[in-house]
Amino acid sequence: MKLQGVDPIWALEQRAKAVRKHVLTMISHAQVGHPGGSLSCVDLLVALYFAVLRIDPRQPSCLERDQLILSKGHAATALYATLAERGFFPLEWLATFGKINSALQVHPDRNKVPGVDASTGALGQGLSIGLGVSLAASLDQRDSRIFVLLGDGELQEGQIWEAAMACSHYKVDNLVAIVDLNQVQLTGPVSTVMGIQPLPSKFKSFGWNVLEIDGHQFPQILEATGAAKSCRGKPTVIIARTVKGKGCSFMENKSEWHGRAPTSDELCQALAELDRD
Amino acid sequence: MTAIRDAFGKALVELGGKNDQVVVLDADLGSSTRADLFAKTFPERFFQMGIAEQNMMGVAAGLALSGKIPFVTSFATFVTKRACDQVAISIAYPNLNVKIIGAYTGLFSGHTGATHQAIEDISIMRGIPNIVIIDPADAEEMRQAVPVIADYRGPVYLRETRDEWPDIFGADYQFAIGKSTTIIEGQDASIIACGVMTSESIRAAAMLAKQGIKAQVINMSTIKPIDRQAIVTAAQQTGIIITAENHSIFGGLGSAVAEVLVEELPCWMRRVGIPDVFGESGSNQELMEKYGLSAKHIAEVVMHTIKKGR
Ligand SMILES: Cc1ncc(C[n+]2csc(CCOP(=O)(O)OP(=O)(O)O)c2C)c(N)n1
Ligand SMILES: [Mg+2]
Repeated sequence: MKLQGVDPIWALEQRAKAVRKHVLTMISHAQVGHPGGSLSCVDLLVALYFAVLRIDPRQPSCLERDQLILSKGHAATALYATLAERGFFPLEWLATFGKINSALQVHPDRNKVPGVDASTGALGQGLSIGLGVSLAASLDQRDSRIFVLLGDGELQEGQIWEAAMACSHYKVDNLVAIVDLNQVQLTGPVSTVMGIQPLPSKFKSFGWNVLEIDGHQFPQILEATGAAKSCRGKPTVIIARTVKGKGCSFMENKSEWHGRAPTSDELCQALAELDRD
Repeated sequence: MTAIRDAFGKALVELGGKNDQVVVLDADLGSSTRADLFAKTFPERFFQMGIAEQNMMGVAAGLALSGKIPFVTSFATFVTKRACDQVAISIAYPNLNVKIIGAYTGLFSGHTGATHQAIEDISIMRGIPNIVIIDPADAEEMRQAVPVIADYRGPVYLRETRDEWPDIFGADYQFAIGKSTTIIEGQDASIIACGVMTSESIRAAAMLAKQGIKAQVINMSTIKPIDRQAIVTAAQQTGIIITAENHSIFGGLGSAVAEVLVEELPCWMRRVGIPDVFGESGSNQELMEKYGLSAKHIAEVVMHTIKKGR
């Protein structure tokens, strides 16, 4: 991000605001989708796609690229909007989200959307896929970095911990897991549904380098991805504290907004709020 | 029109009131499966297991080993595929009294698309010994099936449709495991359906009647053990069998019926169901049309098969 005369952090914030508006508009128009967990990871995705990942929107399948596996596939709208803003496909596609015959499925299909690195939506599978991709990169001596974005409720899946064990066993330092720690899942708070804490010491005991940040602060996100790069010999997990529904006052921290679509009135209110700040 | 999942949720609460051995397990989908109604009424007999379906199956096995009657609830795709080995080895092999509830069946997953559509759940469960498989046609059949499967001893897989579908049965209907019901009589062809495809088949029969074709419609809500006698009788009566299911044409009701027919009385047969492809996001109506599950499509297949059979 080197725009002359523009503060790069400010530019990322503006981009995130645009992505949040797309997310809400897509979900409201389609009357399907997952606003809460999409809004919580917008800043993480925008930071990755606009300031971290080595990618070329004109060559979305280039083997040399860095990859992002959206293990929490229900946040597809955030990924689609970010990819479209980054130029992987036209912004007009966003209006087709969730419709029959659309490339933009409610959960991402890698065969339909340029820039989507894995087909996900059944939780718990992304970290294992990421490990496979990172092992292949090492085998072929590519210096690609693999990021896997996980939900905090998703961490309840046993497969995550099988993968966590395997990632550290294979000492994959080209892989970074990011936990979207919004503390809410589908039916309620993570701590009531099935507690996952203490997360940092769980990952540490599995042999990971653990970083904790505020997942809505771009400087912290960028610093952590940089720090992950310099940690050799083990995988890094960035535990990003976030707010489910971030940016939309009536959605924030509410599990009811996990999978509910805003009405057109609610959409207007939400868009106005985003414009205000 | 009644949402079948609402009928399930209410029936489960009613059952819980009558039988204190009934316990319910959920994997963070209670608001979708309607298991949350039970959670509110009987919090001490409700176990929230988090997004961890394999563990949930094992825990249900343990509860059943200790005399409880666990109802394990999640989406059909997760209880059958994600937790498949736990279902087979921890539950079916020791023949434990666990009721597995798979919600959001077939293509009808509230727009969520391929990752949440269960197009092969019946196929998977049919391959595992000991498991009874039921796909209720409407809210009334669901309401009745819940206490019946609780009384039955052994593992049961119950398909739970998400949305509203036309009411077919009245309170005079009597659901029984393994018994099919002829809903419409007719001698030109037999449509054997399960789940909400029974509804579509009834509409198809009405369309056919307008063209002078009398098709009988049989509701085969128990897919395993299947009502062999009813299938053979239908073949004798009409010589033409069409199956209709909200499931892949591989391994589900169509396959089960074909297996009976080749052994007992081979005849002209066609399967209506999801062709061998993954689904996608879309409304139920759009999906039915695109993937060939609509009443109109069933009627066309019936006519085509009758022509071939002549
Ligand atoms: C294996 C599996 N089980 C259940 C679901 C249904 N589901 C979708 S999202 C979700 C909650 C996820 O919570 P979390 O990981 O905290 O995501 P976020 O808060 O970021 O939206 C559930 C249970 C699923 N998609 N996959
Ligand atoms: Mg969460």
